Order: sequence, then structure tokens, then C-alpha cells
Amino acid sequence: MEKFETIISNVVPLPAENIDTDQIIPARFLKATTKEGFGQNLFADWRYHEDGSVVTDFVLNGDRYSGKILLAGKNFGCGSSREHAAWALYDHGFRVVISSYFADIFRSNALNNGLLPVRVSEAFLKQMFRWVEAFPSAKVKVDLHEQTLELLDLGVKKSFEIPPFKKACLLNGQDDMHFLLNLKEEVIEYEKTSKYMQLIN
Amino acid sequence: MSRTLFDKIWDAHVIRTIEDGPSVLYIDKHLVHEVTSPQAFAGLEKRGIGVARVKNIMATVDHNVPTINQHLPIKDLISRKQVETMETNCKKFGIELYGLGHLYQGIVHVIAPELGITLPGMTLVCGDSHTSTHGAFGTISFGIGTSEVEQVLATQCLLQEKPKQIKIEINGKTSNGVSAKDVILYVISELGTGGATGAFVEFCGSTIRQMSMEERMTVCNMSIEMGARGGLIAPDEITFAYCRNKPFAPKGKKWHAALEYWKTLFTDADATFDKNFSFNAEAVAPMITYGTNPGMGININERIPNHNETSFERSLEYMNFSKGDKLKGKKVNWVFIGSCTNSRIEDLRIVADFVKGKKKAEWVNALIVPGSRGVLMQAQAEGIDQILLEAGFVLREPGCSACLAMNDDKIPAGDYCVSTSNRNFEGRQGPGARTLLASPLMAAAAAVYGEITDVREFLN
Ligand code: SF4
Repeated sequence: MEKFETIISNVVPLPAENIDTDQIIPARFLKATTKEGFGQNLFADWRYHEDGSVVTDFVLNGDRYSGKILLAGKNFGCGSSREHAAWALYDHGFRVVISSYFADIFRSNALNNGLLPVRVSEAFLKQMFRWVEAFPSAKVKVDLHEQTLELLDLGVKKSFEIPPFKKACLLNGQDDMHFLLNLKEEVIEYEKTSKYMQLIN
Repeated sequence: MSRTLFDKIWDAHVIRTIEDGPSVLYIDKHLVHEVTSPQAFAGLEKRGIGVARVKNIMATVDHNVPTINQHLPIKDLISRKQVETMETNCKKFGIELYGLGHLYQGIVHVIAPELGITLPGMTLVCGDSHTSTHGAFGTISFGIGTSEVEQVLATQCLLQEKPKQIKIEINGKTSNGVSAKDVILYVISELGTGGATGAFVEFCGSTIRQMSMEERMTVCNMSIEMGARGGLIAPDEITFAYCRNKPFAPKGKKWHAALEYWKTLFTDADATFDKNFSFNAEAVAPMITYGTNPGMGININERIPNHNETSFERSLEYMNFSKGDKLKGKKVNWVFIGSCTNSRIEDLRIVADFVKGKKKAEWVNALIVPGSRGVLMQAQAEGIDQILLEAGFVLREPGCSACLAMNDDKIPAGDYCVSTSNRNFEGRQGPGARTLLASPLMAAAAAVYGEITDVREFLN
């Protein structure tokens, strides 16, 4: 996992609510056995017509918006647990998703891949949509150290929450595995008293 | 101190808690399938590490397999490669695989319970959101992403924040024609898809107590659709009777020791939850969804409500329905009976019972996909296959099939499908497909009459 650096970028707005992982990456693209290349099928059913031609008015296809930050309606990433959704967003170039709510598994998948989910209030999310849609060139700064989100031209700054452990992981470019691999002895100790192990083995 | 069922299982599995951080949770059982594991195995190889506990793993192929001619090589080359990758990985890391043709093969959430792999009091994970199903046994079970699959493979542990807990009490006797699926669709329609976000839900009350294990699995399966991490139900005599004599359940002395432990797994009388809801099962009628999330359900005699949000309107547009519409009487051309929600033997029996001596409507394609080889064989033994055949239904081999349309089992764009699965998202059953979630009985009736009906009108 790459270290998460402070990001200053334009924002891509996608105001739909309840964007589920089937929309982010439809199931028929899950046949791959590697993590790369999912970006081209990100939001495939919204982005391309059935014959493969481009849906010109979909936000990822026009030139009005671009950037590393996706702004999405509430309950982003609900549905299937597929981590491919996080890979697809990352592969496309997104490093931050802003929403007023993230589905649980998606949030942890994102964090495990260096994609930062930033949760803001419902009201602030609405305000951001209005602002970004009015000023597509507007820039946002996401500073993980400070845990702040700054609408640069407006001078508006908001702080966001992130569990301290996850913050440290992102900043150091380390995932949970680094921590877990060091627990071998403790796990063996635990297993000696585990009810399940006694019942089954 | 009073503890909930969840607390008791959680406490028994925490190896340690990081200050200001998550807990290290030991995972008893890990279910692995072909779609969310290849990158995890590749990750292990890249790190140069092996699998920690092969015995704690159950592996099968279900999501990306054809449901016809499973004895032949898979036609779709990319799918074949994924299934072969699973075989190679299992061989390489020493994991036993219930592959295509194996007596135990089937949808992960169907086979683990029927084999006695899922047992009360466990922690159980799988790279699939409907892992919540296993909570029906009084387990902490939840879906994980591929990075976490890799972590569990490597260490048998996960880092987890302790979630919030919600209690949903459902009391009363359901009326004729109303099933567990209707109960859970009703609860989700009341609470919304965000009603239980991030929490573990304990289902209790007399309605739940009266349910069979298969019905409880249907309820817990769909708890994820209201945003929950998982659902759980305290084990009782029904649970124990179900587990007894299953292939992998403990036997003899160990069985008695297990029973003794399992009987301690319930929520203490004065334990508290973060939130409480209660429902009356007598108020539940057969349900059907009209929109593109599982919370958009109504009882069969209601009309589509009138909301003005853009996402609501967009959803109706996708479904080609209008506010105020009744669904009853709408023509459908597909019926899918299957998925980890409703593909067990009791579901097939209900369908067979209803369609016996009847024929499906001419314009309907009625697809039944059993959840496992075991379910299929049981259906054959009971003559259910014959009944379905005579009624014009197609009975397939086990897999996820049209629940997520990864294989060839897709619903064509624009077509309506009454489905016993759990998700009616845009494109879930194929690009442009329109899904209406319902119970197996409602689906059977839709197949026979070729339209959405109130199944109660056809029951004695
Ligand atoms: S049947 Fe559907 S919901 Fe269940 S595991 Fe398979 S794809 Fe997921």
C-alpha cells in the first residue's frame, strides 16, 4: 500500500444516493484474478452504453470535472463486499471519497487500499455539491495529518474523523497485516483456551 | 455484568485490544470462494507467507460457476481461469476444496450450515456480505473484503472495532402465505437500508423462536440489507436439533460439551442495546419490492408510495413503474428461485407444493437453482425435480446464478424478474434487468400466473 499524502485536487460530483458496489463495479467484471485494471470498468453501466459506446453526459466522461476526489451521495458503497469496488476507484485515480455515510465493509476495504473515505455531515455534503457544481475548477485540500478537509477558494475548513489506528496505517502505507503477523505467539496461546478448538479438534 | 449474546461471543474471541484502537479478533471459521480470494492468495505469495490454519477454512466455488453441465469444462474462458486459480491455490496452500461435482459443493452460505461447519458461538467470516446468514446459529459472522481474506488466511485473526448493537424483537404468529422472507422484507421496508448501519442485530421474539433454522437463515441473511454488519439469533433446541449429526458437528462427548456451552449463549435479561425495535408479525402480508434497493418493499396490496427525492424517482424510472401503481397484476417474464436467501430444501418444497399439478405461464422463464449439491440430491430423492419439470420449471445445478449474474444466468434488459434473492440493485441480475424481490411462494405464484399475484388468494 502506498503512503497517503496530502491531496489538493478538483472534485468529481456524483450526487446519487445509495451507490452500491454493483454500480461501482458490476459483477461480470469480477472474473479477474489480479487487482489491476478495474478502473476502466468503474461505474461501467453508467459510463458505457450496451454496445460499449460512451455515455457522454456521465460525469466521468465529460471534461467538466476531473480529479482525485469523488463526492458522492449518502450510503456510498453499500451492498456486496467486493473489494474490487475500492480497487476500481483507486485504479481510476481516486484517492478520496467524500460522502455523508459509507457502508461498513466498503469503508474498511477502502482504508485497506489507501483510499480515504471522508465522512461529512448531510448539510455540508449538500453545500459541497452546490459549490462544486457551480465551480468545477474549485480545489479541495485533504490533509490526513490534521484530519481536515478544506475548500480552498472558499476558505472553509472542516475536520473529519478517522480511527487513530487506521490513520497511522494510511500515513505509513501499512495495512493491518503488518500488525497481525507479529502476533503469532499470542494466537497460539489463545488457541489453547479456545472453546471452538476444543470442540472441533 | 449483564452481557448480550454478541458480547459473550465477542469476549470469547478477543485476543487483545489495542489502546485507542481495534481489537484483535480470533476467527474460528473462514469460508473462501473463487471470486474474492485470488488476489488474497496472490498477496500471500508476494509476502512469502503461507496459510495459518488450513483446518479452519472451508473452500468452494459458487459465484462464478455455470449451473448447467458442471461436469464439463467451463465454457467462459475467464470464468474457467478463475475457478482453476481457486483449484491451484487450494492445492498449493493445502486447503480442501469442494469444487464442481463435489458432493459438498454449493453456495458458501448454504453448505457451511448444512454440513455442520457453522456452529453456535463461533466467529465466522467470508469474503461475501451475506455471511450474515450464519448468525442464525448464534455466531458472530460477517462479510469481509479481499485484504481481510488475506489477513485471515495468514493469521486467523482480524482487527475489528466493536460494533454497536441493535435488538429487533418480532412477536406474533404469521398468517398463511407469509414467510420468513416477507417478515424480513417488511422489517427492512420499515427501517430502511440504513436502519441498522454498522451494527450487529439480534433478532428475538416469539416469531423468530417459531422459525425453523432455514427460515432464521433467511432473516439473518438479509440483515445486511438494512446496513447491519450481521444478524444473530440465540441458539435454542431448534438450533441444536438442526446441528446434531451433521457431518462436521461434534460427536459423542464433544457434542455434549458443546451443548452445555451453547446453552449459555443468550442475551442476559438486563443487558442493554444501543437501539431497540419491535414489530408485530401479524401485521405482515406477502411482500414485494418495486424499486432498486431492498428497502423499497410494499405489501402486495399496497400502492407504490409517493416520494419526491431524485434517487426515488430515478429508481422508479429504472423499473418503469409510477408512483401510486399497484404491483398486483403486472406481467412478469422471469422467475428466479435461488440464492443464499432462499435456495434450501424447505424453499424448494414450498415451491413444489404450490406448483404441483399446475403449469407455469407460457411467457415465463422459471429458473430454480438449488443452493447446494446436497439440496439438489434431496430434491431428487423427494421427487421435487419431477414436479418442477412437469410444471415447466428449469431445475439447475448449484451456484449463485442469477442472484448476481456473473455466469450466463442473466435476466435480459428491461425484463421483470420475481426473484427470491436479496438484492434488486440496478443491473444486479444483468444489465438493465428489473428485479422484484419476494418469497419463494410468491415467486412460484408469479411463475404460474405470469403476473404478480397475492398468493393468499390461491391457498386453501
Ligand atoms: S447467492 Fe447471491 S447473495 Fe448469496 S453469496 Fe451468492 S451472489 Fe452473494
